[in-house]
Amino acid sequence: MSDEPIVQMTGITKDFTGVRALDGVDFTLRPGEIHAIMGENGAGKSTLIKVLTGVHSPDAGRILLDGRPVRFHSPGHAQSGGISTVYQEVNLTDNLSVAENLFAGREPRLGPFINFRAMRRRAQALLSDIGVDLNVAAPLSSYSIATQQLVAIARAVDIEAKVLILDEPTSSLDREEVAVLLRVMRTLADNGCALVFISHFLDQVYEICDRMTVLRNGRLVGEWATAELPENELIGHMLGREIEALEALERRSSAGGAAEAAPLVSAKGLGRKGAIAPFDLDIREGEVVGLAGLLGSGRTETVRLIAGADRHDSGAIEFDGRRLGGHNPRTAAARGIGFCPENRKTEGLVGELTVAENMILAMQASRGWARAIPPARRAELVAEFIAKLDIRPANGDLPVKNLSGGNQQKVLLARWLLIEPRLLILDEPTRGIDVGAKADIQRLVAELSEGGMAVLFVSAELEEVTRLSDRIAVLRDRELIDVLHQESDMTTERIVDTIVTRGGAE
Amino acid sequence: MSKASNAGRTAGEGRAGAYLKRLMWPLIVLAALLIVNIAVTGFDFIVPDVHDDRLSGAFVNILRRAAPLLLIALGMTLVIATKGIDLSVGAVYAIGAAIACQYLAGRDQSAVGAVAAAVALALAIAALIGAWNGTMVAHFGVQPIVATLILMIAGRGIAQLITGGQIPTVADSSPFVELGRGAIATVPVPIWIGAAVFAALVLLTRTTALGMLLESVGGNPEASRLAGIRSKGITVLAYLIAGTCAGLAGLIGAANLGSADANNGGLWIELDAILAVVIGGTALMGGRFFLLGTTVGVVIIGTLEVTIINVGLSSQWQFTAKAIVVFIVAMLQSPEFRAWILRPFRPRAAEPAPTDPDPEKALAK
Repeated sequence: MSDEPIVQMTGITKDFTGVRALDGVDFTLRPGEIHAIMGENGAGKSTLIKVLTGVHSPDAGRILLDGRPVRFHSPGHAQSGGISTVYQEVNLTDNLSVAENLFAGREPRLGPFINFRAMRRRAQALLSDIGVDLNVAAPLSSYSIATQQLVAIARAVDIEAKVLILDEPTSSLDREEVAVLLRVMRTLADNGCALVFISHFLDQVYEICDRMTVLRNGRLVGEWATAELPENELIGHMLGREIEALEALERRSSAGGAAEAAPLVSAKGLGRKGAIAPFDLDIREGEVVGLAGLLGSGRTETVRLIAGADRHDSGAIEFDGRRLGGHNPRTAAARGIGFCPENRKTEGLVGELTVAENMILAMQASRGWARAIPPARRAELVAEFIAKLDIRPANGDLPVKNLSGGNQQKVLLARWLLIEPRLLILDEPTRGIDVGAKADIQRLVAELSEGGMAVLFVSAELEEVTRLSDRIAVLRDRELIDVLHQESDMTTERIVDTIVTRGGAE
Repeated sequence: MSKASNAGRTAGEGRAGAYLKRLMWPLIVLAALLIVNIAVTGFDFIVPDVHDDRLSGAFVNILRRAAPLLLIALGMTLVIATKGIDLSVGAVYAIGAAIACQYLAGRDQSAVGAVAAAVALALAIAALIGAWNGTMVAHFGVQPIVATLILMIAGRGIAQLITGGQIPTVADSSPFVELGRGAIATVPVPIWIGAAVFAALVLLTRTTALGMLLESVGGNPEASRLAGIRSKGITVLAYLIAGTCAGLAGLIGAANLGSADANNGGLWIELDAILAVVIGGTALMGGRFFLLGTTVGVVIIGTLEVTIINVGLSSQWQFTAKAIVVFIVAMLQSPEFRAWILRPFRPRAAEPAPTDPDPEKALAK
């Protein structure tokens, strides 16, 4: 491992309209190392990468590549300079073969024709170099996302990448696939390539990385060798505050009397063909009901029926003891049901509208277009909820798309809290957001339910579900298989057990 | 508290700043056109004088003649904000003109009551057509371009049926022609109407929540639905306004000519309107819309037509020149293009002076 850095970024500053995303950040990358960039969402990790790869041009600072100043103006330009990036979403062509994907745009030729035989041979060799064995003539789509990612990496490496950036490559991979990916990364590093690794998974970072650079709020916190920085200190650096918050939120004891109260919402045989089998579920005021299950088990489908986002084709839903006819998002909101959907960018927020506008959208919708919320009242509400939810930057007039994921989620929450809902439905409210915002949102859920609000809550993280829920509905294969309500049942083991045993009985 | 209001103030300035930024390039193009005209024909081009108690002069004429296009472009702006488009406005123009003129053709044209009835009838039908377009789009899920294409094709036929294939005329003595040729307080009536509709639409969209909800529906229809917005009603309303504006534009056009030509009245005006909207900074993808930007776009298009004649180009240049100006505005509005064209002029203070100006070459070594 040479000590001469391959990439040296100094004093990188980048402003977006009204937001300073990076403020004098330094970053040094040496050949043969795997270097993690750590930070909460909104810390500036992706902006730093985008500056390095030429997606954004920095407002100040310099970048040295191999000791020479460079300024890339496009990712392609950066690639020709030896910096390749593999994103979470694979940028390859599904319906071409593995070999064609590897050599697209630089196919081995035989006169004017493509030499497919040579291409397949070289593809095979290239993949076996990184320890992967595939049928290179098969279409890329016949392989899993993980494998496609490996192909993307192989392609990047073959274009003489001196620097390979992996941006959240493991988010959609299972354990074994992650192991393969990490092994390939180590092989590449041993061959002298410098790797930048961005991941939310701390265990993977500790397993594979040699060094880490920590960012917070667009500023550099520091650079450490992995061995010298224990995990709790790392988290402390990322958050910049004690994270007791998360730990203090010990599992709340379920409200004893709640079970006797009449349910606020009662689903009776509610179902939709192809989405979720008919199910019964009661939600009482002041109660948090968690939905647990694997991806594709029907969690989202269940809450969408209750929220009125999708039409049910069997059963009925009762609210306050009255059967709801013509259940849709508008009537649901009118009755006090707020719904934060799973995908906040495509279904939740209107990106180009401002934070304030996104916040008041549901309230305004219920008043109709003719009765605008008076400007003074609106400013007051927006300021109140920005402060209450600690939304940053605290500026209601920024386009909401400029905010980080955690803050966007808070804006979406504020939209529904503004109408003072009786039932709040949250589908994956903490996915892909930073630890600080996650703690904020979990604390908020606990507070709201203590204040008497009913909360229906979906999360892929079982620990989060067990920590927050009074009762847990367990789903498997688009069927609600059990509702756990005993205090002793509120463990991840018990949920996993339920999924496995009850599923096996089918 | 003072902190919060402080944040609000700076943010407000930021919003106004962003708005001005968006208007800047269209305004620069407009200024350039005006300068060319002033250079060729002198200051008379822009400075109006008063003849027979009415303003006259080249620029006043441009504004007067651009009024129908302005009305249509303003309506189009709202439709485009919903992610839609209305191709039928040219045909609705013709229908509005045909209804009014045909109604007056068989009556006492000098009676103010008859003229008012003709105007009301034409506007009501135009509004109905707009609502029909909106219903097809919002309730039946027909793609906007298809839904409005139907009436773009059929509309002129309907106008011909109304006029019986003739060109109905209105006598110069009728109060109706004042809509196109008259003046109030020296200012031509079409300019008054254009300004009034502009002001009305700004008030309607910005003092109510209509503007924000339109932008929400156009910006993200699914999120808007889940937030409980009645997006169908809002979409229908946008098309209804566009139809009414088109009908009113037809009335001004017919009043100016004193007749209604079902075949040629408002021909291709929908395309000019779309151009004006785009020049004004409203994206065809829907969402944020800018009525003031559209107005600047309309004045650019109106001025351009006169400029071509003033600089001595033959009228055959009309379309080519229009295309060139639209191209320039579109390019200026593209951040990528601006970065590319301005790069040689950018100060390089923040950048270390590279030994080799071409980074690619530097890397190759």
